[in-house]
Amino acid sequence: MSKITYREALNQAMVEEMTRDERVFLMGEEVAEYNGAYKVSQGMLEKFGPKRVIDTPITELGFAGLGVGAAMAGLRPVIEFMTWNFAMLALDQIVNAAAKMKYMSGGQYDVPMVFRGAGGSAARVGAQHSQSLENWMANVPGLKVVMPSNPADAKGLLKASIRDNDTVVFIENEINYGDVGEVPGDEYIIPLGVAKVVRVGSDVTIVAHSRMTGFAIEAGKILAEQGIEAEIVDPRTIRPLDENTILKSVAKTNCAVVVEEGWRFAGIGAEISARIMERGFDDLDSPVIRVTGKDVPMPYAANLEALALPSVADIVEAARVACGRA
Amino acid sequence: MSAEQKQEAGITHEGVFYSEATLHEMHDQMLFIRRFEEKAGQLYGLKKIGGFCHLCNGQEAVCVGLNSAAEPADYMMTSYRDHGHILARGSDPTAIMAELLGKAGGIVKGKGGSMHMFDAEKNFAGGNGIVGEQVPIGLGFGFSSWYKDDGRVTICIMGDGGINQGAVYESFNMAALWKLPIVFVVENNQYAMGTSLERASAETQLFKRGISFKIPGMKIDGMNVLEFDKKMREAMEHARSGKGPMLVEAMTYRYRGHSMSDPATYRTRAEVDEWRSGRDPIARLQGQMIEAGLASEEHFKQKDKEIKKEVAAIGKAAEAQPEPDPSELWTDIYNDPIENAYPYPGKVN
Repeated sequence: MSKITYREALNQAMVEEMTRDERVFLMGEEVAEYNGAYKVSQGMLEKFGPKRVIDTPITELGFAGLGVGAAMAGLRPVIEFMTWNFAMLALDQIVNAAAKMKYMSGGQYDVPMVFRGAGGSAARVGAQHSQSLENWMANVPGLKVVMPSNPADAKGLLKASIRDNDTVVFIENEINYGDVGEVPGDEYIIPLGVAKVVRVGSDVTIVAHSRMTGFAIEAGKILAEQGIEAEIVDPRTIRPLDENTILKSVAKTNCAVVVEEGWRFAGIGAEISARIMERGFDDLDSPVIRVTGKDVPMPYAANLEALALPSVADIVEAARVACGRA
Repeated sequence: MSAEQKQEAGITHEGVFYSEATLHEMHDQMLFIRRFEEKAGQLYGLKKIGGFCHLCNGQEAVCVGLNSAAEPADYMMTSYRDHGHILARGSDPTAIMAELLGKAGGIVKGKGGSMHMFDAEKNFAGGNGIVGEQVPIGLGFGFSSWYKDDGRVTICIMGDGGINQGAVYESFNMAALWKLPIVFVVENNQYAMGTSLERASAETQLFKRGISFKIPGMKIDGMNVLEFDKKMREAMEHARSGKGPMLVEAMTYRYRGHSMSDPATYRTRAEVDEWRSGRDPIARLQGQMIEAGLASEEHFKQKDKEIKKEVAAIGKAAEAQPEPDPSELWTDIYNDPIENAYPYPGKVN
């Protein structure tokens, strides 16, 4: 166990997996000589050489497809998008190729690879560099979508993702890269599709992923001061979604708030609240409340940007309403 | 040429010797593809084959020449006009016909259809439905050979429509940058669906499209199987010897429309006739073989009858197959079992 940052935890996961398995390589923009745009791949070129840590031209569609082909041919690519915003250029390869190849080929070709990079809102970078698009990815059968909220999960989930035999969309959070936390050593693997109850409580369930988990934990502290014990569930894997852990919590608290940084329309919160309605209807004493990013492109001005994002106060307010203590 | 070869019957085309057996094999494969596609067209007309169906009649020399120049371990992928290529690769024609018919014994279990034929054992990676999509994928196969140093070459096929996609140039750039063992092949049948080459391409000499990436290009007559095979071998040798990618433009023509729903009114009857009667790759090879005294017209007539019979039997056998089991709907999506696919209480799937 050691105290390291979220970015160092990701680096550890890749270094360990590349040491273990020669088929694993890292490719992307600035991953090698520059040591990563966000320094996630710091020192990896030196460790593994230019054959396994590969700088690409700025050509997302091309190198995403390269990863798909290399995975079909038996390698285990880790393809880094500098941010997920740029992955939009590569959607054909992610959605039409990687996700469907196993099915279209009648099971003949697996695509065991990881597409990873920073997602979510960054700070003051405007509309094109600040958005959460995990719902796009999670909508596609054939993809797995993983979003760690802390350094330990970042390591354990990335190692599991690299070892997974399916295509994993691994969305990191740009603002979380510097977060410090306790991270277990070598063989720390968190199975995909298993949620984590990060705070135990009995009054209200709060489901939150990625950076919003931290917001929910802050909200939980404030709520506790007000005599409300929140149970916080971090799904960690968006698809497959561990709905049982969520439903179990709702069965106990009888109300739920779902938090996401992304847009409200057809978001992850919509999916989770629909599942609670479908399978946990009888457990609910009140409607599920969604706390989401506002349905606007991200503005630049500091005050507008803050208004566009969910806040800790929003979560506190929603939790109070959900459990009838507003 | 060895003394033994001298005694053997065959044809020497520009210094390359093709034995009688090889010539028959090439001919029979081309004719088989032609008759197979005709059968597919017929079954489509009977509404037994559904969806999109792109036939390759006229382009058989390219299909056969690509495969005769390749090793079994070499990788190949193409667009949705894939029946001819996978047949030439040596995959089971009954499984291919069954796939067209959406049957359980289809080469991809009835999940892909005409556009998505795969055969991993034969290193045939599709059958890709989005124009140009297979090119970055081919880049990845080429990369894997570079990474593993396994001596394989990737043959990455696209059409004259596909070559205008941006993904192609992203792939050209990286393939050349890293000297990957890939032969990019453009089947130039001169129409991207209904848009002629001249209306879609600023540079119509497609083999030059690699110049700004320093990828050497080669234009080959794709209606002459011997010429195509010979030149393609040079391209394969270039890629295999570590010199990096090569771009091959195969000049060819499709006799049928883009797909089954296309009456091809964008080109004249005279143009189609000129290619069909003047440059047909099967008739051409037959002529060469007759001239060399290797076969008679009667032989080819007989062979055609045999192949038609064989294809008819394949059609029948494929038609007799059952549809895929409904449980197949849920397989081959993930390697893990899918949970909660239908979360409605009481609903069983």
